[in-house]
Order: sequence, then structure tokens, then C-alpha cells
Amino acid sequence: MKTFALSTGQRRAAEAAFWLLLASSYFLLPDKLTLMSQVLIFGLFAVSLDMALGYAGILTVGHAAFFGAGAYAAGLLAKHGWHEPFSGLLFALLVCAALGYTLSFLVVRGTDLARLMITIGVCVLLAELANRLSSITGGTDGLQGVEIAPVLGRFEFDLFGKTAFCYTFAMVLLVFLAVRLALRSPFGLALRGIHANRKRMLAIGSPVEKRLRLAYAYSAAVAGVAGALLAQTTQFVGIESIGFVRSAEILIILVLGGAGMLYGGLVGAVIYMLVHDWFSDLNPQYWMFWLGIFLIAAVMLGRGGIMGALARLFPAEKPR
Amino acid sequence: MGIVIFDGVAYGMLLFLIGVGLSITMGLMNFVNLAHGSFAMIGGYTAALAMNRHGVGFFPALILAFVSAAVIGAVLEFLFYRRLYRAHALDQVLLSIGIVFVSIAVFTYFFGPGMQPFTLPQALQGQISLPGLQVGRYRLFLIVCGVAVLAALLLGLGKTRYGAMVRAAVDNQRVAGGTGIHVKRLFFLTFALGCGLAGLGGALSLGMLGLEPSFPLKYLVYFLIVVCVGGAGTITGPFVAALLVGIVDVAGKYYLPEAGAFLIYGFMIVMLLLRPHGIIARKGAA
Repeated sequence: MKTFALSTGQRRAAEAAFWLLLASSYFLLPDKLTLMSQVLIFGLFAVSLDMALGYAGILTVGHAAFFGAGAYAAGLLAKHGWHEPFSGLLFALLVCAALGYTLSFLVVRGTDLARLMITIGVCVLLAELANRLSSITGGTDGLQGVEIAPVLGRFEFDLFGKTAFCYTFAMVLLVFLAVRLALRSPFGLALRGIHANRKRMLAIGSPVEKRLRLAYAYSAAVAGVAGALLAQTTQFVGIESIGFVRSAEILIILVLGGAGMLYGGLVGAVIYMLVHDWFSDLNPQYWMFWLGIFLIAAVMLGRGGIMGALARLFPAEKPR
Repeated sequence: MGIVIFDGVAYGMLLFLIGVGLSITMGLMNFVNLAHGSFAMIGGYTAALAMNRHGVGFFPALILAFVSAAVIGAVLEFLFYRRLYRAHALDQVLLSIGIVFVSIAVFTYFFGPGMQPFTLPQALQGQISLPGLQVGRYRLFLIVCGVAVLAALLLGLGKTRYGAMVRAAVDNQRVAGGTGIHVKRLFFLTFALGCGLAGLGGALSLGMLGLEPSFPLKYLVYFLIVVCVGGAGTITGPFVAALLVGIVDVAGKYYLPEAGAFLIYGFMIVMLLLRPHGIIARKGAA
């Protein structure tokens, strides 16, 4: 595992420090809590993409399909009378897991190119669906009237985003730990093996397609939770949550942080969202220009992103 | 009915003109180039500006569009693309998305976010009556162009020495290199040619698709559909696919306007399921 730690103990400490740092933004940045919640949500989304792309090696540029599906699932549920947040998340998770598993049959077969096309195709198809069914989804105006009951019956979602931040933080940490567990299990190791050499994994008897399908469904479910969190905390679902541009954006976040590394997505989201917030008064066209330049530079100068650089800086101790 | 098919064919020809270069890039060089629409946009802007600001005629402007897109394509190939031919598809996707973003931003900065005005030349305005059908001259011209390019490419690939080298490199790069073919230079020339054709298609599309800086993203999926459904690395595959896509899309807009873009994406997914390697699969494709 290529993380930025020295020994196992120091690695754990670094992980804990990272999460504590995120949690401390509750006290350090009390007027930026909404932004921090979004950072966490996009971090989780990037982690889910990393699972499919960085670990399992499934080339997908349509992951926003699941993010958006999760957001609409949670939003619609809340709009139509079920306001309890946790069960809303669970509902979005189940919907997206089912969607991901169904689609995985299409995605796993075929070549990289066909896979890319199917993922883009499904993403734009769902975006078009959300746009067309405006009587249900609100179309380009977005889904309004999402009401969420207080968390645990006590903590109401307030204007300053305090509850939203704590709720998001807890849920993101929980799901992240689930992903971490899965990726460090034999299942996760099998995924890395498939990514590294598919033929050999087949030869040693690993059910490659089954593993990939499961990974894709798992990743879809996590993306759905991220989308649902966004819908619940902002109490709104915009049409832009689903679509090609969002997919490209999350890909950029992951590449910035470092694909194929557990914390790549989270670190990428922190940097990307903060920089984006910093330059929020910048004309979006210039933002796009610099994003493009960044992507070209990232490809030309080598991969790995921030976490890749850190891993080179602090190589893990070799087991003796 | 007839007019729907005719319009669909004309639209398909545009998609073919722009997409065929992409088919070559993807098939010959295994490069997933999502930035192909940017080259079409370069051609379109060159033609529009040459006509609007410098009073160049439509037909010379088409040649200018071809040349400018080919030159810019050649420069980008030299700077970026050739370093990534053996890279992972993800790197290629990232690079080309980067190029799309930069091109959109640059064109918005210089020419504004609006649509470029365009008027068809006198010779292409109005209708012409064929037996049993009144058709637009412009659309007929598109079809003639598409067929001419198809014929030129098929002849060029099938009968010339250069074409034979391209076919050899598509089938097996290593062996082609071993027989003394300068594969790198071949890639360079072919990439420039593909970009030039995209530029030509972009210029021809001025009267039909409308040109604005978001063009590369807006039509990206269409170009990719044409290539993937048709089969990357072939000429006739994208041609057949472009015609099908054009007819399905135009027919959908006529008869089922509420279905919108569904039809075309659904069509693509079904086709990819039925034939994952394209309608006309290239020999030896894994």
C-alpha cells in the first residue's frame, strides 16, 4: 500500500491527524462550514471514483451518473414525505448499488473504448432523463422543496451549516472506513491484481469479471451516498449534479490528489475546492483555462498527483 | 418521409466528415482523443472569421479551415500527443479533456461566448428539385462533399503507397515498423489529415450545427458515437454509423420531439451491446 507513512504506527497517526484536521475546521473555519461539507462530499465522491478507476482500473468518465442518481433518490424521497436523513442515505445507497450492479454487466465487458463510451453514454442519458422529467425532478430549475428532519430527532439543519458539517463528517468518515476496509481486504488486493495484470489473475483462478462488477457496484453505491449527502445538506438537487462536466470535474480532483491511492481523492478535493473558492470571483472561462492547463501539465509531468509526490517523499517502510 | 431521410443523411455526412479523423486516431494510434471536436471548432472559426472579417468566399474558406486545423493538429501532435501513444488510456483522456477546456476558454476569450454569424453563399441557398423531392442546395452539397471525401479516402487508403502503409500500421504496428515503415512520421501525417478533415467538417457545419465555443463538448458524444458504433480504425464503419446516427437523430426530432436526445444515446448503447467492436470491426482488433 503506497501511503505516505513511514511505519504502520506512523501511518495510522498520519491518517488520524488528517481526519482531526478536517474535523477541526469546525472550530477554525466556522464561517466556511458549508464549503467544508462540500469538500468532504466531493472527497467521498472522488474516493468512490478511485475505487473504480484507480484500483479496479475501469476507465469511466461517467461517474456523476451515480452521484446524481443518489442525489435525486435522496431528494425525491425527502420531498415526498420521508424526511429521516439516515434512512434517506441508505435508500440512495441501495438505489445506486442496484443501478451500478445492473450497469456493471455492460461496463465490464468490451474494450476500454467501448467502456468509456458506455459510461459517458449512460451519464448523458441520465442527465437527459433528469432534464426531460421536469415534472418529477424540476428539470433545469433543480429539485426544490427537499425537507430533512433533524438528525437523530434532535439536531436541526441550521443556516450556518453546523449540523450539516457534523452529519457530513460522520457519514463521510463512516463510508470512507468501509471503503478502506474493502480495499485492504483480499477483495481489494484482488482488484489491484486485476489492474496490474488481468491475465495472470485469471490464470490463478480469480473470478475477474465478478470482482470487477462488485467493485463497480460498490463504487456506485459510495458515489450515491456522496450525492445523497449533498442533496440532504443543501436541501436542493441541481441538474448539474448529473452530467459530463461533473464527471470530468471529479476526475480532475482525483488526478490532482492521486489516483490509485486511498487518500488521493480526499486530498484532491480539499485542494481543488479551496482553490476554486479562492478564485470564485474569477470568470469561469479563465477557471476552465487553468484547469485545462493543469490537466495537460499533470499528464506531461507524470502521474500520481499530490499523494504520489508525498509517497515518493515518505516511502513506506519495507516489511522485513 | 423522404425529406427526413434526406436531412438525416446530410447531417450524417457532417458527422462522418468530422468523425472519420477520430476513427483514424483511435484505430491507428489507439489514442482516445476526446479533443477531436476542438479541431472541428478551429476549422469552423477559421472559415467564419475569414468570411465575416476578410470577405473570403465560402469555398476558399473551406480550404483555409482544412489547412488551419491540420496545422494546429500537427503542432499539438508534435508537442503532446506523440508522447502518449503508449500511455494508459486514462492519460490520453485527461490530456484531451485538458485540450478541450483550454480551447473552449481561449475561443470564448477571443470571440465571445455567442454564436458566430454565418450566411450561406448565394450558390448554396434555396432549393433544388430532384425527381420526387425538393431539397436544400446546402444539404445536397454536404452529401456531395461527404461522398467525395469517402471516395477519396477509400481510394487513397486502398490504392496508394501511403494508404498501404497506413493499413499495415493499423493491422500491426510492430511488424510495420520492422519492414521499414516510418511509423512515427506516418502517425504525424495521418493525425494532421484527420484534424484537417475535422476542420473541413467544422466549416461545413456552420450552416447546420451553429458554432460557439462549447462546440467540442456539445457534440463530443456524437463524434464518439459515430466512431464507436462504426468501429474505430475503419473508414466505412464510421460512414455507415454516421448515416444511421444522422437519420435516427433527425427522425427522432421530427416524429418524437419529446424523446429528445434519448433516442440517440439509447441507440448507441444498444449498438454497443450488440456489436462491442463496432458495425465493421477492424481485423485483428482484440
